[in-house]
Amino acid sequence: MIATTASARMPTRPTSGRVWILGGLIVAAIAATPIGAIVLVALFPTENIWPHLASTVLPRHSWNTLLLMIGNGIGVFLIGTTTAWLVSTCDFTGRKIFEWALLLPLAVPAYIVAFVYTDILEFAGPVQGLLRDIFGWQSSRDYWFPEIRTMGGAIFVMSFVLYPYVYLLTRASFQEQSASVLEVSRTLGRGPWQTFFTVALPLARPAIVVGIALAMMETLADFGTVDYFAVNTLTVAVFNVWLGMGNAGGAAQIALVMLGFVILLITLERIGRRGRQYHHTSSRYQAPPRYALRGHRHVGAIVACTLPIVIGFLIPAGVLTRHAIVFFDQSWNLAFFALARNSLTLSAVAAFAAVSIAVFLAYGRRLSGKGFGVLSRVALLGYAVPGAVLAVGVLIPFARLDNAVDALAREWFGVSTGLILSGTIFALVFAYVVRFLAVGFGAVEASLGKIRPSMDMAARSLGAGPARTLWRIHMPLVRGSMVAAATIVFVDSMKELPATLILRPFNFDTLATHVYQFASDELLEQSALSALSIVLAGVLPVIILSRAIRYTGPGTRVGVLSDVTTGTTRP
Amino acid sequence: MLNRSCFLAAAGLAALTLGATAIANEQAAVNPGEVNVYSYRQPFLIQPMFDAFTRETGVKVNVVFAKKGLVERLKQEGRNSPADLIFTVDIGRLNDAYESGVTDAVETDHLTSAIPAAFRQTDGHWYGLTKRARIVYASKDRVAPEDAPKAYEELADPKWAGRICTRAGNHVYQIALTAAMIAHHGEAKAEEWLRGIKSNLARKPQGNDRAQVKAINEGECDISLGNNYYFGKMLQNEEQFAWAQSVYPVFPSIGGKGTHVNISGMALTKASPNRDNGIRLMEFLTGDLAQQMYSEQNFEYPIVAGVPQAGLLRSMGDMHPDDLPLDRIAAYRADAFKLVDKVGYND
Repeated sequence: MIATTASARMPTRPTSGRVWILGGLIVAAIAATPIGAIVLVALFPTENIWPHLASTVLPRHSWNTLLLMIGNGIGVFLIGTTTAWLVSTCDFTGRKIFEWALLLPLAVPAYIVAFVYTDILEFAGPVQGLLRDIFGWQSSRDYWFPEIRTMGGAIFVMSFVLYPYVYLLTRASFQEQSASVLEVSRTLGRGPWQTFFTVALPLARPAIVVGIALAMMETLADFGTVDYFAVNTLTVAVFNVWLGMGNAGGAAQIALVMLGFVILLITLERIGRRGRQYHHTSSRYQAPPRYALRGHRHVGAIVACTLPIVIGFLIPAGVLTRHAIVFFDQSWNLAFFALARNSLTLSAVAAFAAVSIAVFLAYGRRLSGKGFGVLSRVALLGYAVPGAVLAVGVLIPFARLDNAVDALAREWFGVSTGLILSGTIFALVFAYVVRFLAVGFGAVEASLGKIRPSMDMAARSLGAGPARTLWRIHMPLVRGSMVAAATIVFVDSMKELPATLILRPFNFDTLATHVYQFASDELLEQSALSALSIVLAGVLPVIILSRAIRYTGPGTRVGVLSDVTTGTTRP
Repeated sequence: MLNRSCFLAAAGLAALTLGATAIANEQAAVNPGEVNVYSYRQPFLIQPMFDAFTRETGVKVNVVFAKKGLVERLKQEGRNSPADLIFTVDIGRLNDAYESGVTDAVETDHLTSAIPAAFRQTDGHWYGLTKRARIVYASKDRVAPEDAPKAYEELADPKWAGRICTRAGNHVYQIALTAAMIAHHGEAKAEEWLRGIKSNLARKPQGNDRAQVKAINEGECDISLGNNYYFGKMLQNEEQFAWAQSVYPVFPSIGGKGTHVNISGMALTKASPNRDNGIRLMEFLTGDLAQQMYSEQNFEYPIVAGVPQAGLLRSMGDMHPDDLPLDRIAAYRADAFKLVDKVGYND
């Protein structure tokens, strides 16, 4: 953290650095085109329905979006900080397992959790069925049961999937707090609770805020869950106006409102993170002694840590596993392997591309100091744009380019080149990269920031150019962050749905589109194997992340994901 | 050194991209043995007909399926689009495609004689494939047949307060019904009607048409709106059988004319690279064999006169469609959308 603030201007040799800066600018410009296309469509709509939107759709949908974001914010805060505090400062049975197991819900896409809980909690599901058997009720008019497909249900589902962001960052922050600080608090007469509220929590505030901001971003961009639960958020409005009413301009205008939300979030997050000034100055680190919990407190801690894992991971994964076993013979076939191959290859390519480009951009930014400008920030906004909107943002420039090339070829050579990029895997990978570039960039930039400028200077004064310096000095040093970033991009790409649906080539399915196709027709069971595969693909990176954080050791830095997130929310 | 690392990175990226492209099925475009389809219909619903077509003609059918965004994609791809045909599940998107100028006029003797004028665009820019009636499902236990609504207009009657379930108001099927209401009665009356239904809803609009019947089975509401073929689909599904058993179908009329029907349809694209194959597929799907398959497998009404309906459809009762031409109804879709927003139907 401290090192990050000291990110330094690099003295550049004018000639060699320029190539990087120029290249970085070009890459950033390309990555920013989808956003640019959306803005243009919004500003120059063919049929302006803004007055209609402003008076009907926008107020209601904005309000719902706000409610959902606040609800999720509170949810992830409560679950995330509680579990993080217990795991990092208390001693109770199973603590070491909880440490990594609490991350598992991160592996499950929210829309799959939504499908599963609807199955379980609806009228025909096992829970209500059991209640009816016990109490002899006949129809839903005989009793009250909370409706899952509501705002409350969406907050419930998303909180239990998104809390790991807060947990991860806050835990690292608690671990970073040296014993000395907490001991001073205790010797001054504060009990564990008071220490938590007056010392530990304020100290961890920056980490908590980043985690909440990230969870809220995910909330804003979510489509699958809110669509299924009939919660009318802005994403839903974009879909309705664009693809229902066929009014691209109106939809892009709503998308701009959503970007407004993002900018608001980033601002709030920055204000929230000013707490850095609280940071303790002692570099001596000593792990604080853990509170030994006894009796009901011990049980309470175990329950508090078990519940999120059960709700966010074990139940969804369990239900999917059961369905997958029942339908195994129908699902385990060549078609499944084709789906898995498509998903794996696409995601791997996207991960590699996103991280390579991130290194390129981050290094360009390092070489050019702070003057790298608005462009690289715009390029990173893709993370907060809903997939479907981004898809159309990709569609427009690609199709224009293809058609322009085709027109030239026809005019000059009398041959048609057709569509070169549109409707290909390339367009799909491009969309993934734009969507998840921020994740990679955040990680790499934060990690680069920790490398002292003197390293660059030493390398450069020994005659290495910028490229050689990057290759020999920086890359080995930031390799850990690059791997972490690549895994996250990989998992996110595996889960990606709306952009994939719209942009994919003929006869092309991924695990995610396959699951969606069946689940949206209430036939989740038949695609459970694919859904389970997405979850399993997500578990592995989660474990890698958890180990990466453990081995970075406390007292040095917040951890890999915080590099990712601080960069993400600070584009 | 700069060159080497740049080269390495670029080569790696290029190799991976090429690898990824190679795994996609061959980029479809002009190919004498193939025809390319953008479909809003679930592939497994039309695949049997496509397979039959391939068996008969040897022409392979390539499909991109999405529930949303295909007309948008067609528009952007312009004259280089690889798609030959677009399939929709409603009149709305057919009309969207037509109005955005991406469709082409086709006229063949077979198409014009087989498909009634009300179900095709005058110049042949789109053709209906099947008819689907938007009907009322009523609870066997709680709605006596004589009390069941005879007209859509009755759904706004306060006697149904707290007893109706529907899906979201801006779904294409609901929009078409609202547009038909505007076409028959004018916008002011239609708004009043929509507000009436809204105030009769038992719960916030959610789920699909089947989910509404399920809610009737569970006692949450007494009547719902849904397309007719879901009745047959539910009877075929082990879990949903009980839902269908708890209701009976009712065919209301609109404006005293007949039941509101929508169509699933198809249009030839202007850019169509395999035009002949496209037209062949259109003719095949409106032939007797395919029409009968549609009816037997999907429980939709054949659009071609004289093709026998599935037994289940006949057992559901006679269906007399509203005779207002569909493109007249489609003209009010944008107004219908705004109306749904205005009355806050989904809130």
